[in-house]
Amino acid sequence: MTDILQAVRGAALGAVAGVAAMAMGTTAFAGGHGGVDFAGKTVEFVIPFSESGGSARWANFFAPLLSEHLPGNPVVVVRYRPGAGSTAGANWFQEQTTDDGTLIFGTSGSTQFPYLLGDPRVRYEYKDWRPVLASGTGGVVYLPGDLGADYDGDMDAFTDVDFLYGSQGATTLDLVPLLAFKLLGLTVDPVFGIEGRGDGRLMFERGEANIDYQTSSAYLRSVVPMVESGMAVPVFSYGALNDAGEIVRDPTFPDMPSFKEVCEATAACSTEGTAWEAYKAFFIAGFAAQKMIYLPGTASDDVVATYTKALQDIIARPDFAELAAAELGVYPQLTGNGAISASDQATTVSAESKAYVLDWLKADYGVTME
Amino acid sequence: MDLLATALPALGEALTLVLQPQQFLFLVTGVLLGLSIGVLPGLGGIAGLSLVLPFMFGMEPVSGLALMVGLIAVIPTSDTFSSVLLGIPGSTASQATVLDGFPLARKGEAARALAAAFASSLFGGLLGATILTFFIFFARPLILAFGLPEMLMITILGLSMVAILAGRVPLKGLVAAGLGLMVGTIGAAGAGGSLRMASYDFPYLIDGLQLVIIGLGIYAIPEIVSLLRQDRAISRDGGLGKGWLEGVQDWWRNKWLSVKCSAIGVIVGVIPGLGGSVVDWIAYGFTVQTARDKSKFGSGDIRGVIGPESSNNAKEGGGLVPTLIFGIPGSGSMAVFLGGLALLGYDPGPHMVRNNLDITYTIVWSLALANVVGAGLCILLSTPIAKLTTIRFTLLAPFLFMIIAFAAFQSSQQLEDLAALVAIGLLGIFLRRFDYSRPAFLIGFVLSHQAESFANMANQIAGSRFRRSFEAGIDYIASSLSLALLALTVISVVVGIRQAKHILGNDNAPTGAKRGPVVFLLLITAYLSVAWIDALTISRMGDKIFPVTVGAITLICCLLLLLKMMRAPEGHAVFADLETGGEDAEAPHGLWSTLGWFVGLLIASSLVGFILGLAAFLLAFFRVRAGLGWGRVVLFSVLGVLFMCFLAWTLGRDFPPGLLQASYPKMPWPLT
Repeated sequence: MTDILQAVRGAALGAVAGVAAMAMGTTAFAGGHGGVDFAGKTVEFVIPFSESGGSARWANFFAPLLSEHLPGNPVVVVRYRPGAGSTAGANWFQEQTTDDGTLIFGTSGSTQFPYLLGDPRVRYEYKDWRPVLASGTGGVVYLPGDLGADYDGDMDAFTDVDFLYGSQGATTLDLVPLLAFKLLGLTVDPVFGIEGRGDGRLMFERGEANIDYQTSSAYLRSVVPMVESGMAVPVFSYGALNDAGEIVRDPTFPDMPSFKEVCEATAACSTEGTAWEAYKAFFIAGFAAQKMIYLPGTASDDVVATYTKALQDIIARPDFAELAAAELGVYPQLTGNGAISASDQATTVSAESKAYVLDWLKADYGVTME
Repeated sequence: MDLLATALPALGEALTLVLQPQQFLFLVTGVLLGLSIGVLPGLGGIAGLSLVLPFMFGMEPVSGLALMVGLIAVIPTSDTFSSVLLGIPGSTASQATVLDGFPLARKGEAARALAAAFASSLFGGLLGATILTFFIFFARPLILAFGLPEMLMITILGLSMVAILAGRVPLKGLVAAGLGLMVGTIGAAGAGGSLRMASYDFPYLIDGLQLVIIGLGIYAIPEIVSLLRQDRAISRDGGLGKGWLEGVQDWWRNKWLSVKCSAIGVIVGVIPGLGGSVVDWIAYGFTVQTARDKSKFGSGDIRGVIGPESSNNAKEGGGLVPTLIFGIPGSGSMAVFLGGLALLGYDPGPHMVRNNLDITYTIVWSLALANVVGAGLCILLSTPIAKLTTIRFTLLAPFLFMIIAFAAFQSSQQLEDLAALVAIGLLGIFLRRFDYSRPAFLIGFVLSHQAESFANMANQIAGSRFRRSFEAGIDYIASSLSLALLALTVISVVVGIRQAKHILGNDNAPTGAKRGPVVFLLLITAYLSVAWIDALTISRMGDKIFPVTVGAITLICCLLLLLKMMRAPEGHAVFADLETGGEDAEAPHGLWSTLGWFVGLLIASSLVGFILGLAAFLLAFFRVRAGLGWGRVVLFSVLGVLFMCFLAWTLGRDFPPGLLQASYPKMPWPLT
C-alpha cells in the first residue's frame, strides 16, 4: 500500500517538476553511482525553520541538485519543522531512526548556538549524527559615512562613541558581532527585537542605528551602493578559516581587513586568551560552518558514502560556482572528512569559553539560559 | 518628464513580457493553485508558495516569477470565501471582511457579498499596481521616513480601531482587547527571551500561540458550533436572495470608497514591519468613520466588505516595494517569495528600481494581471460556491472540523496544536456568548508583538538621543509624521467611541441572570492576575514592562466592569448572554454535546492518529448526528478521508500521530 501511495505522490510531484523541467529546457540527468539506489524513493530534506528565511533558500537550492545527482534520482522534498528557535525540529530529528538515506536534516548557526550554550530546550546531540556537508558564509561590519571617516584600520578612535545596533537577540547569530564589539572595547547598545538582518540595515539607513553587519550576499547587494555613495564605510569582514584553522581574509572581500587584523591593531583587543577563544568558537559555529546537512546516526556507511559522492559531484559541476555565487557566496562547501571536522569544530566549545559567554550574556544583557 | 522617460519604456517592455502566452499560462497555473489552496480555511499563501519553491531553481526566470506572483496575488482574494461564507478569517488579510461579510451570508446574500468583495479586490489590485508604477520612485524616502516611533504610532492607530469595534459596552471591548494583547505576550519575549506564562518543562507555549490557531479558535469554532446546533443552512432562509450582479453594482456605487481604501492599502503595505496585519482594520475603521449612515455596520453592510477587500489586494502590491527595493519581506508570504526570487537568480535591492525597472514592473503588473484573472474567476464562481450556504450545515461541519484540525496542526506539528485549538475555541465560544468583541480580541493579539517590540526599541533609541541632547530626542519621537499619526489616532478614538454603540451592537442581545457573565469575567480576571504576577517576577526590564503595564490596565478595566455589574440591574446590557434567548437558546442541540463531537475527533486522533480517528469521527457523525443512511455515511466519510490524504500529499505535510503510532512507529502512510 505504501508503495502505491508513494508512487502516486511521486507522480503528482513529478507532474509539477515536469512543468518546471519543460521551462528549464534542460534535460540533464546524471547517471547513478555509489552503493545505494534511490530509484522511486522520496528523500525528505527536513529543516528546523519556516519557509521564509536563509535556510529554506539554502535547502531549496540543494534539493533539486541532490535529486539530480543521487543515484536513482529520488524526488527530494524540503520539509519545514520550525519552532523554539529551531530546537524543536532538531529534537525531533534526534528521535529519527531512518537508516536508508531517505531522511536528511539541515541545521544552521541558530541550531548550533543553543546546543553550545546549553539551552534547556536542547534534547539533541550533534555527535550522534553523521555530517555530509558543511557550508560556510561570511559577513561585513560597517559604519555610517561620518563616523567611518575616522576609521584608519583600528577601532581606537571609537572608544567613546555611543553605538546603537539593531539586533535579533543576544543568543542568535548576533552573538558573534556583539562579542566582536566587546573585544574591540566599543560601547554598543543592542536594540533587541528586530525580525531579520534586513530590518537592522533599515535602522542603519534611517540613522537609528550607527553600526551594523550584513552577511556577504546582502552586503554586496544592498550595502555596496551605500558605500559607493559615501553613506557607509566597511570596517572589517569576519574573515574565513584556512586549513590550519586560523582566521584569514574572506576570499569574497580580499581587500578588506579581517576581524583578526583589526583586533590586532586595536589597543583594547587581544587575539589571545579566553575571550578570543570564545569568539573564535562561536564564529566557526555561526559563520565558518554555518549550515550543515546531517544523516541520522543510524545511517549506514554506504548511505553516507553515497551522499558524499553526490554532494562532491554537485560541487564539481562546472556551473556550480556560477549557480552558488548568488545563493551561497564563494565559500567552501565541505564534504567527507572536511564536513566531519567542520561539524566537530562548530559543535565543540571549551568549558571556559562557554562559561565566559554565559557570564557575559548575563552581565551585559540580562539573558540567561535557565 | 524624466520620470516618464524612464518609466514608460520599461513599462512597455514589462507588459509585453507579462502578456506572452507562456508566461500567461504560468500565471494562470499559479492563480489556480493559489485559489485551490487559499479557499481552505487556515491554509494560505505560505503553504502554496512552499509547494512551488522546490521547482523554482533552474526555471526560466520570468515563468517562475509568473507562477509565484499568480499564487501570491490570489491569496487575499480566495481567503474571502471562508471569511464571508463561514465567518472564519482565512488569513490576516481578511479579518475585517468577516464583520459584515458573514452577516450578509446569513441573510442569504452570500453571492452578493462575495461578488462585491471580488470586484473590490480586482479593482484594488489594479489601482494598487497603477499607483505603484509611479510611487516606486518615491517609495524609498517614504520607507526611510518611517522610523520606529512612526511604526509604533501606526500600530497604535490599528489598536485604536478597538474603539469602533468595542460593541455596546466599551469596557467589555477594552477587556477583550487587553486580553488579546496579554495572550499575545505568552511565550519567550522577543528581545531577551524571558518566559511569560510558559515554562521549559512544557515547551509548547515557548513560541507563543500561532495566529492560525487563535483565528480558528476565536472565529471558526464558535461559529461552526453555533451553526451546527441549529441544524440548518448558513443562510437563515435557505436561499440565495441576491446574485453576483448585485454585488458588482454595490461595488460600483461605492467606487470612491474603494479608491480611497486601495490607496490606504498601498501606503500601509509599503511600510515594512507592519505586514498586512493592520491594513484591513484601518480600512474598515476608515469606511465606518466616513460613512453617513452607520447603523448597519456589523450586521451586514456591504460597505464593510468593500472597504477592507479593496485595501487587502492593494496591500500585496505595496508589500512588494520593501521586498524588492530593500530585500526586506513585508509579510510571511513575501519572505518566501523573496527566497523564490533568489532561486530564480534575482537579487532584490536598490538596483531593482534603477537598473532592473523592467523586471520590477513585470512583477507589479503580473500581480495586477493575476488579480484580474483570479478575482474574475472568483466572481464567476461566487454564485455556485455561495450555494454552500444553502446546504444543511450538519453535512458541512464535519469536513470543516477536519480541515481546521489539519490546518491548526500545521502550525507546529504537535498534538498540543489541537489541544490549544480547543482551549482557544472555548474562549471564543464564551466571548461570543457573553457579547465580548471578538474582533477587539483579535486586534489585540495580532498587534501585541509589534506593539511591544516597537515600543521597547523606540524607547531605547529615544533614550540614547535624549542623552545626547533634548532636541535630538524630541526631534526623534515627535516628528511631524508621528504627530500626524497621533492626531489620526485621536480622531479615530473619538469618532469610534461615539459610534461604537451602533456598530457590532447586538442591539437586542438577550440578557439573563447575573451569574454566567460574572463567573466568566471572574475567570478572565483570574487569568489576567496570574499573568500579571508572572510578568512581575521577570527580572529583565525590557521583557517585563509591556505585559506588566498592559496587564495592569486590563485588570483595572476588569474591576470597573465588575463594579458596573454589581450596580447594574439584571437585564442590563453588561449581562448579555446568548444562551438566554434568541437563536442559540432555541437551538435543538446543546452547546456541550456539539463541541463534544469536535473534542471526540481530537481524542480519537490522539489515540489512533488523525486518519483513523477522522474515519471513525466521520462515520459516527454522519450516522448519529446527521442521521444519514449507511450508503451516504460511507460515501461522505470515504470522500473526506481521501480528500485529506490528497491534500497532505500534495502539500507534503504530516498528520497528527496518536498513541498507536507512538507504539508502532512503522505504520504505513497515511496512517503514520
